[in-house]
Amino acid sequence: MTDNYRDAKAAYDAAAEKAVQKNPERYGQFTTGGGLPLKRLYCPDDIEGVNYLDDISFPGSFPFTRGVQSNMYRGRFWTMRQYAGFATAEESNARYRYLLERGTTGLSVAFDLPTQIGYDTDHPMAQGECGKVGVAIDSLADMETLFDKIPLDKVSTSMTINAPASVLLAMYICVAEKQGIKSDDLSGTIQNDILKEYIARGTYIFPPAASMRLITDIFDFCGKHVPKWNTISISGYHIREAGSTAVQEVAFTLADGIAYVEAAKKTGQDPNVFGERLSFFFNAHNDLIEEVAKYRAARRLWARIMKERFGVTNPKALMLRFHTQTAGCTLTAQQPENNVIRVTLQALASVLGGTQSLHTNSMDEALALPTEKSVEIALRTQQIIAYESGVTNTVDPFAGSYVVESLTNEIEQNAINYINKIDDMGGMLKAIEAGYPQKEIQDSAYSYQKAIETEQTVVVGVNKFQTKESAHGRKLLRVDASVGERQIKKLHEMKSKRDNIAVKNLLDDVRKAAKSESENLMPAILNAVRVYATEGEICGVLREEFGEYVENVVL
Amino acid sequence: MTDKIRVVIAKPGLDGHDRGAKVIARALRDAGMEVIYTGLRQTPEQIVATALQEDADAVGISILSGAHHFYFEKVISLLKEKGAEDIIVFGGGVIPDEDVPDLIAMGAGAVFGPGTSTGTTIDWLKKAVAKDE
Repeated sequence: MTDNYRDAKAAYDAAAEKAVQKNPERYGQFTTGGGLPLKRLYCPDDIEGVNYLDDISFPGSFPFTRGVQSNMYRGRFWTMRQYAGFATAEESNARYRYLLERGTTGLSVAFDLPTQIGYDTDHPMAQGECGKVGVAIDSLADMETLFDKIPLDKVSTSMTINAPASVLLAMYICVAEKQGIKSDDLSGTIQNDILKEYIARGTYIFPPAASMRLITDIFDFCGKHVPKWNTISISGYHIREAGSTAVQEVAFTLADGIAYVEAAKKTGQDPNVFGERLSFFFNAHNDLIEEVAKYRAARRLWARIMKERFGVTNPKALMLRFHTQTAGCTLTAQQPENNVIRVTLQALASVLGGTQSLHTNSMDEALALPTEKSVEIALRTQQIIAYESGVTNTVDPFAGSYVVESLTNEIEQNAINYINKIDDMGGMLKAIEAGYPQKEIQDSAYSYQKAIETEQTVVVGVNKFQTKESAHGRKLLRVDASVGERQIKKLHEMKSKRDNIAVKNLLDDVRKAAKSESENLMPAILNAVRVYATEGEICGVLREEFGEYVENVVL
Repeated sequence: MTDKIRVVIAKPGLDGHDRGAKVIARALRDAGMEVIYTGLRQTPEQIVATALQEDADAVGISILSGAHHFYFEKVISLLKEKGAEDIIVFGGGVIPDEDVPDLIAMGAGAVFGPGTSTGTTIDWLKKAVAKDE
């Protein structure tokens, strides 16, 4: 920096201080939404140490700070992928076709809680939950209905399924077989990220060692048979929803990623190969500038971790590709129409941050599942950003902004500090056992709530600008109890028609594979699914063999 | 015996969203109450057993999965069965306003929706327990 620059900067600082003496600023200390201190002004000296080629570089080149493709959205837009599913397979199939007709470009399946936790609808633990937060899938028969008249070689499908991911992936492959489509031609994603279930989301089934085996079996199986499939979506989304800061979201997600890479390497798999199919999932929260910096920092840090820690040389295995969902936790039940504007700003941040796919929340989701009308507005929000806003016409438009580059550095460095701490604890599995990430997230969540209650953080319509309003007349989507009764009837009919001897034999094979240390579980699960063994039956066998995870309650 | 209000905060069923449950548990504790947090995946039977064992004044149910009708009804009727209808049941989560009257009719004392300040819940609970005694 030249003397002229330093003099001018000192003069500015003095002038600004003088102005503040006269008219105090809104806060004594400004912070980002994630709690990082934010300066009044960012200038060239804030990014003095940054080397363009090493730290930022060109889009499509290591460390991918500016994006994973050279021309980003000038070629094709991100995948507009709306998470949906409720009631039974019939209703959800109709919703998917509604979304496809309106220009959604990928499907994203929400399963109900019994499906996510490996129970059939007739299990006592499933009572009251059938079809509530997603679609109920008990067997291949339901999956066939779910994708009826949807050509699986033409759409890509993301499935939010974790502990029983193998079973649902097997069902998807079987539906494709019936449509005459080979598994080589399938594209999509399974979430398959158990560590964040232990940390933040809660739909775990099995203990860590068995869960990690199921996951690395999928990496290996897909590498050979479903090569275009994203084998995992390493998720910060739920960590952020549980209350973390932006830095914690990046740090814990990438620390989870490190644990998966280490586990797969231990089974003899090559990170240059399976690394290509790892994908990520981040939140888009309120603070637009911080969020843009967050995505850029995550991309750079992951590329560096893969290169430096794991010796990866394949550029495709260095790239952090990610899906984004706008932050459900920021939606308000009060004045829900305001949520459309929140979602727009959050979605914009993810696009400015270079996302590969995006779900925009609907305005009524603080109250219930979204109606068709509100889902349509959410999708149109993405289309307006894509086609009308202009931000998609040049790559990484925020690069070189003093504040964005400075925050990108800061988020990366703070995330590295967390990852070092987790390394010192013996890795993420040990850290989870000790309750460390859980406690960090809870502390952040509690501080955030206090900030709202002391009005340090303003939430429009909640702690400021409230209006008396009536919720009556607002149309909400309902899933009533008869859905569960219908689903149980279908399940029992299916069981009476299938070849029950074949089911028994093939479930025995799943058990044998589970007992074996070396056998990949996927082929046995695929065979059992094909003869209509239910999800609950398969997970039941695995529960008997692997046991169940018991939460370490941290408060 | 202490005269501290004793509250069980419970997560019924399969719902994994525990941010709200943990925030309210901490807020009640900071307000001087004795708080027992159950953790995830509790059956109504387990929740009621915990409430009895802990000699709770109140049970707070946190649910965001849409299964609130089922779980409120179960917990409240099991408490009645055990002759423990004096234990106050309240709750919160993603529960539409129009469902609240149903839950109140079942016997819930109050239901707090998204955006409720922890102070509102604390004040209500203090008054409800005082009235009960």
